[in-house]
Amino acid sequence: MNSTPVNRNVMAKKSVYGAAPETTPEAAHTLSILVDNTPGVLAKIVGLFSGRGYNIESLTVAETDHDQNLSRITIIAKGTQRIIDQIISQLDKQVPVHNVIDLTILGPHVARELALIKVSGQGEKRVEAMRTAEIFRAKVVDTTIDSLTFEATGTPEKIDALVEMMQPLGLSQISRTGIAALPRGNDKI
Amino acid sequence: MKDMKAVVEKAEKDTISEADLMTGADIMIKALKEQGVDTIFGYPGGAVLPLYDALFQQNDIKHILVRHEQAALHAAEGYARSTGKVGVALVTSGPGATNAVTGLTDAMMDSIPVVCICGQVPSFLIGTDAFQEADTTGITRHCTKHNYLVKDVSRLAEMTHRAFHIARTGRPGPVVIDLPKDVQFASGTYTTAQDVEYRSYRPHLEADDHAIAKLVEILAQAKKPVFYTGGGIINAGDRASELLTKFISDTNIPITSTLMGLGAFPANKSQWLGMLGMHGTYEANLAMHDCDVLVCIGARFDDRVTGNVSGFSPNSFKIHIDVDPSSINKNIEVDLGIVADATSALEKISAAWTKQKAKLNDPAMQLWWQQIDKWRQVNCLEYTNSDSVIKPQYALERLQAHLGARDDVYITTEVGQHQMWAAQFIPFNRPNRWMTSGGLGTMGYGLPAAIGAQIAHPDALVIDIAGEASIQMNIQELSTAAQYRLPVKVFILNNQWMGMVRQWQELLHGERYSQSYSEALPDFVKLADAYGGLGIVVDHPDQLDDAITQMIESDKFTILDVRVDPKENCFPMIPSGKNHNEMILSADAKQFDKKLV
Ligand SMILES: Cc1cc2nc3c(=O)[nH]c(=O)nc-3n(C[C@H](O)[C@H](O)[C@H](O)COP(=O)(O)OP(=O)(O)OC[C@H]3O[C@@H](n4cnc5c(N)ncnc54)[C@H](O)[C@@H]3O)c2cc1C
Ligand SMILES: Cc1ncc(C[n+]2csc(CCOP(=O)(O)OP(=O)(O)O)c2C)c(N)n1
Repeated sequence: MNSTPVNRNVMAKKSVYGAAPETTPEAAHTLSILVDNTPGVLAKIVGLFSGRGYNIESLTVAETDHDQNLSRITIIAKGTQRIIDQIISQLDKQVPVHNVIDLTILGPHVARELALIKVSGQGEKRVEAMRTAEIFRAKVVDTTIDSLTFEATGTPEKIDALVEMMQPLGLSQISRTGIAALPRGNDKI
Repeated sequence: MKDMKAVVEKAEKDTISEADLMTGADIMIKALKEQGVDTIFGYPGGAVLPLYDALFQQNDIKHILVRHEQAALHAAEGYARSTGKVGVALVTSGPGATNAVTGLTDAMMDSIPVVCICGQVPSFLIGTDAFQEADTTGITRHCTKHNYLVKDVSRLAEMTHRAFHIARTGRPGPVVIDLPKDVQFASGTYTTAQDVEYRSYRPHLEADDHAIAKLVEILAQAKKPVFYTGGGIINAGDRASELLTKFISDTNIPITSTLMGLGAFPANKSQWLGMLGMHGTYEANLAMHDCDVLVCIGARFDDRVTGNVSGFSPNSFKIHIDVDPSSINKNIEVDLGIVADATSALEKISAAWTKQKAKLNDPAMQLWWQQIDKWRQVNCLEYTNSDSVIKPQYALERLQAHLGARDDVYITTEVGQHQMWAAQFIPFNRPNRWMTSGGLGTMGYGLPAAIGAQIAHPDALVIDIAGEASIQMNIQELSTAAQYRLPVKVFILNNQWMGMVRQWQELLHGERYSQSYSEALPDFVKLADAYGGLGIVVDHPDQLDDAITQMIESDKFTILDVRVDPKENCFPMIPSGKNHNEMILSADAKQFDKKLV
C-alpha cells in the first residue's frame, strides 16, 4: 500500500464534491469499473449509490475503448470495509458491468486529477499565486487584469493542498475533474 | 482482421433480401416463440397496437387479457413460480407501464423471472412529453434486474433473447423491454438466440470445491447443526429440492425455511422444523438461536428472519451459499460464503460428504434432537378453538383436511395475517406449489397470481387464501377469471379488519386502531355472482366443511367468505428488532408488555 489513499481529512474539509459527514471510521476506496457504454449505465450506477445510501466522493467517466464500446468509471466511495464489499458486489452484478476493481485494496496505483483554479486579485497576491502555482507545477491557462486561471494535475491530495494555499490569495472558483486511476505496472483490469 | 470482418459483414448486410426483413412486431413474436413462450398476460393500448396486431395473426401464443397491468405482472409471476419458466407481460406506454411498476418491484424482491414488454411512444417523440409518454427505463431502472430501450429494429430479437436469458439465469428477476411504436412498424432482420454473446453478464454458478470440502469438514464436526433454506432452492429448480431432501434425509439434520422457500423441503418429513422468522415456529427459531453450525442456502437473511441482527444465532459458524455475491455478508456477516447455484452446491456437498466419509457425531445429534423435541412439545401453533366462532386457524385446518394428500394443489396468498396462518397451517411437500409476496408484501398479489397459476395448470386446484382487505386491491381480476373460465378459488379469512395492521396497533400502539377497520365491505356472495362466479358465506364452524367441499367442487371461480374471529392474533411473533429467543407465543400474549415498544 505505497499508493496514495486519499487523505480524507483534507477531502472532507475542502472537497467541492460534498464529502458526507463522518460518523463511523470509514476509509475511502478508489473503484475502477469497466462498463458497456450503453444508455443509462451511468444512471444505473449512480442510482445504486443513492438508492442504497452509499456515498460517492468523486466520479469520473469517459469512453475508453471506442471499438469495444467500453467506458471506465472511476469512483471514490467511502465506507467501512463491509460497505465497500457490498458496493463492489452490487456494482459487479449489474448487467453492463464487466468488472470492478478496488484499486485501494489492489495496492499500487496511480491516481490523477485535473483542476482549474481561478484566483482573483492584483498586486502582491497575484504574484504570490503565480509563485505558488509554480511550486505545484500548475500552469496559467487564462489571465485577465484581475484574475488568473491555473491548470493543475496531480493526486487529489496535491490538488487539495494547492487549493488550500490559494485560499488566502483570492481563490474564487474551482473546477475539478474527479480522479482517473489505473493500477501500476502491467496489470490489466 | 477486424476491418476485413467489418467489410464482409457490411457486404452481407447489403445483400439481405427483402424476404429476410420482418416488422419489429413480427420479430418480437418470433423471438417469444423461440424462447418457448406460450402465454402472455397483457393489456392493450396505443403504443402496442402493432404488437397486438401481430398477436392477432398467430395461434401459438395465447394472450390473457387482465383487467389492470399490475395484475398482468402478478399473473406472470404466478405462472413463473408455478412452472419454473419465465412469465411474460405486455403493457402499453405511460399508464400501462407505471401500473406495472408494483408488479415489477414485487418480482424483483422475490427473484421471480419475468419479462415485461412495454410499448413506448415513437422514438422520434421520446423526450417531448408526448401523449402517454413515461420514462419507463428511468422509472424501472431500480426495480428491474435490467431494462432495454430498443431503438434499432435489427437489434430487437437480440435484446429480447438477452432479456429472457437475464431474467432466468443467475439470481432471477424482472427485465423490461421498452419498445417504441415506430420500431414495431419498422422492418429489420431476425437474430437467433444462439447468436447472442454475453460479454459482461456471466453469473457464477459453479461451487468452489475447496469451499465445499471445508463446509463438509465443519458440518461433520457440528453438534447442533441446522439448515436454513429459502427461495433460492426453488429458483434453482426441482433438482435442487431433490438433492436437498436426500441430503437432509440421509444426515438427519434439522431444517427450516423462509416463507419463500416453503415446499423446497417436504413438510411431511421428520427433519422439518417449520418456517422460521417473525411468525415462524418456536422450534425453528430456537434451533436457529442455539445451533453451532448454520448452513444457509438460497436465503438472504431478511430482517423478518433475523430479528435483531446482533442477537442472531450468536454462537454459530455461519455458512452461506447464494448465487448472488451481494447477498453474502449483506445483513449478517458469515464465516464461509460460497457463491454458487444451489443445485451445483448441493450436488457437490452430497458428493464430498460421501467422498470425505463424513459422519455426524451420533450422541451429539441425539441430544440436539431431544432438545428440539422439547421445543416442539411447546406446540407453538396451538390456539383456543371455539364452538360458535370460526377461528382462522381452524378454517385453514379444515381446508387442509379437504386438500389431504392431493398433489395438484397450488396456493397463493394476499398479504397479512391470513398469509402467515397459511404458511403455518398448510404444509407443502413440493416446490412451486406456494406463491406469496414475501419481499414487497404486496396486497393484491394473490388473485392475479392464482390466475397465472391456473392458466399454467388448467386442471389443478388453485386457491388464493385472502384477507377481505387485500382481495379488494385486485378484485377486478374476477372478470379475467370469468372470461377464461378459470375455476380459481378465493378463500377469504374475513376478520373485518386489516388484521395484521390491527395486531400491531393492539400490541405496539396502545390499542389505537387508526384506520384499520374494514368499513363498508361488499357482499362477497353478490360480488362473485355479479362477476359470474359462485359466492358462499359461512359464519359458523359447523358450516365450514360443506362450504369447503362446495368450493372445491365448483367448476366456476368461487369466493368462500369465511367470517372469522375479528380479534384473533397471529402467533408466534417476534416483535421487530428482538431476538429469536424473545418470541411471544399465543399462550402468553396476555402477559405481553404492551409498553415494550
Ligand atoms: C406480513 C409478512 C410477514 C413475513 N414474515 C416472515 C417470517 O416470519 N418468516 C420468513 O421467513 N419470512 C417472512 N416474510 C417474508 C420476508 O419478508 C422475505 O420475503 C423472506 O424471508 C425472504 O426469503 P428468502 O430469504 O428465502 O429470500 P428470497 O427473496 O426468496 O431470495 C432468494 C435468495 O436466494 C438466492 N438465489 C436465487 N437463485 C438462486 C440459486 N439458483 N442458487 C442459489 N441461490 C439463489 C438469491 O440471490 C437470494 O439471496 C414475511 C413477509 C410478509 C409480507
Ligand atoms: C399494497 C399494500 N398496502 C399496504 C400494506 C400494509 N399492510 C400489510 S398487511 C395489511 C392488512 C391486510 O388486511 P387483510 O387483507 O384483511 O388481511 P388480514 O391481515 O386481516 O389477514 C396492510 C394494510 C401492504 N402490505 N400492501
